[in-house]
Amino acid sequence: MRALEIEKLDVDLGGRPVLRDVQLHLDRGELVGLLGPNGAGKTTLLRAILALIRTRGGRVLVEGKPTRPGRAGIGYVPQRHEFSWDFPISVEQAVMSGRTGRIGLLRRPGVADWRAVGDALDRVQLTELRRRPAGELSGGQRQRVLVARALALAPSILLLDEPFTGLDMPTQELLGDLFTSLAQEGRAVLMTTHDLVAAVDSCTRLVLLNRRIIADGRPADLQDAELWTQTFGVSATSPLLKLVRAA
Amino acid sequence: MSITDFLTDLFNPDLAFLPKALAIAVMSSIVCGVVGCYVVLRGMAFIGDAVAHAVFPGVAVAFVLQGSLVLGGAVAGTATALLIAIFSQNRRVKEDSLIGVFLVAAFALGIVIISQAPGYAGSLQQFLFGSITGIPDRDLYLVGGTGLVILSLVLALHKEFVAVCLDREMSRSMGLPVFWLDIALYVLVTLAVVISLQTIGNILVLALLITPAAAARLLTDRLAVMMLLAPTIGGVSALVGLYLSWSYDTPVGGTIVLVATAVFLAAWLFAPRHGLVIRRWRRPAGHDLGDDTDPGRQLSPARTPDAAPAVR
Repeated sequence: MRALEIEKLDVDLGGRPVLRDVQLHLDRGELVGLLGPNGAGKTTLLRAILALIRTRGGRVLVEGKPTRPGRAGIGYVPQRHEFSWDFPISVEQAVMSGRTGRIGLLRRPGVADWRAVGDALDRVQLTELRRRPAGELSGGQRQRVLVARALALAPSILLLDEPFTGLDMPTQELLGDLFTSLAQEGRAVLMTTHDLVAAVDSCTRLVLLNRRIIADGRPADLQDAELWTQTFGVSATSPLLKLVRAA
Repeated sequence: MSITDFLTDLFNPDLAFLPKALAIAVMSSIVCGVVGCYVVLRGMAFIGDAVAHAVFPGVAVAFVLQGSLVLGGAVAGTATALLIAIFSQNRRVKEDSLIGVFLVAAFALGIVIISQAPGYAGSLQQFLFGSITGIPDRDLYLVGGTGLVILSLVLALHKEFVAVCLDREMSRSMGLPVFWLDIALYVLVTLAVVISLQTIGNILVLALLITPAAAARLLTDRLAVMMLLAPTIGGVSALVGLYLSWSYDTPVGGTIVLVATAVFLAAWLFAPRHGLVIRRWRRPAGHDLGDDTDPGRQLSPARTPDAAPAVR
């Protein structure tokens, strides 16, 4: 059974078509990069997988079952600016907040919850900073807090939205390594990104999206310039293509 | 007036309104301090303002009909909070514009209604600026009971409120009922405002909601501490404010708010980590205070236990 299976997905937003006929599947162990220009529907696709928006047609299956909010199987890592970093909260409480839905109304976190948070912090190497106010962390550390928050639910799928944005190269590289090992441990990881170099470097598979899937394959198989000009709407002389060839 | 005189007056049966006013002022300050923490952290001070204005027509109707002012205000305020929550689902008009529309409309309605009552000028002033006289006994119980309900709901929903404050999208994906939690929070803010109206007044009640919580935020980076500090600051401000107001014959609402504001200014100047004085002190001359804005800069890899290569 596939970790994630998207069949013939159509999504409209405000009456306009955003995604058409999207077919995509992920297996455990894969780290897939979702590339496309602004407005291509990358974040919309993630939100559709999370069942946060209504779809027009098609279906999304996680571990063979339709998704709905609150389902345990998906760990979501939104863009860093979605989180209120000025909130007075420690790193471990921020990670615990990811389990709010699981803990349930009128209940307090129990032993199992704290263990899950501890494991997640260990996994992203933030254990030493767990009592630090979240707002005092650097960009790379913040990204790892959000990853730990998703991991605290022990998901089989991780959805990462632009994890590299605004981070310097060394930090990107370290995060890329983290995502690779999270996938190798048996999770299916889907990551949207604008960072071509990081994506080509760390992803096992790349998906080019612009309202529909333009290409889907290993980085080495996507050398055809036509695919990239079509996805990003750039000219044949764009520096983007030099990057693709170099990578 | 000395503290002893104030205590004597508090227990003087001829001045029975004074302990009642004190009880209501302190209770409502405590409740507002707790609820105000969410208001400050979510940056929804404007909603508090809207609700404070919106309760006015309800209070006016209750006044004209000789009903309970607290009850009338609660109904009108809750109705407005619901309207704002529902209308703000349509993203074409932003929340702050909606609040602008509804709060002024509600306030206008209140003025029109109350102008129908004979001798409205005096009562209008009482609504706007608060008063310590003429509080009926049943309001004392109503305020106490409502305050307890508010605090229990905060305790029950705290975890969910925090999650929604932190990250709405993530909360949705966890299956939390974000819309209903928003409504619950708006209603709690409304109730906290309504029970404070009597002593503080319609215009000044916002300060009770925002000022203690904002001062507490300056003093701590821990939410639990903040949610204990804010009601303490509020309660003490109410006590000291009422004492000063009674001693110097100043308006009670205004005096309480000024005391709370003094606490806020003191926190802003002298807070242990974020205070202006400490930051000036620590920083050698020539460095710009603006350096503090990027927390990432304070954690150079060399100094952090969690140096970057640890991820490997």
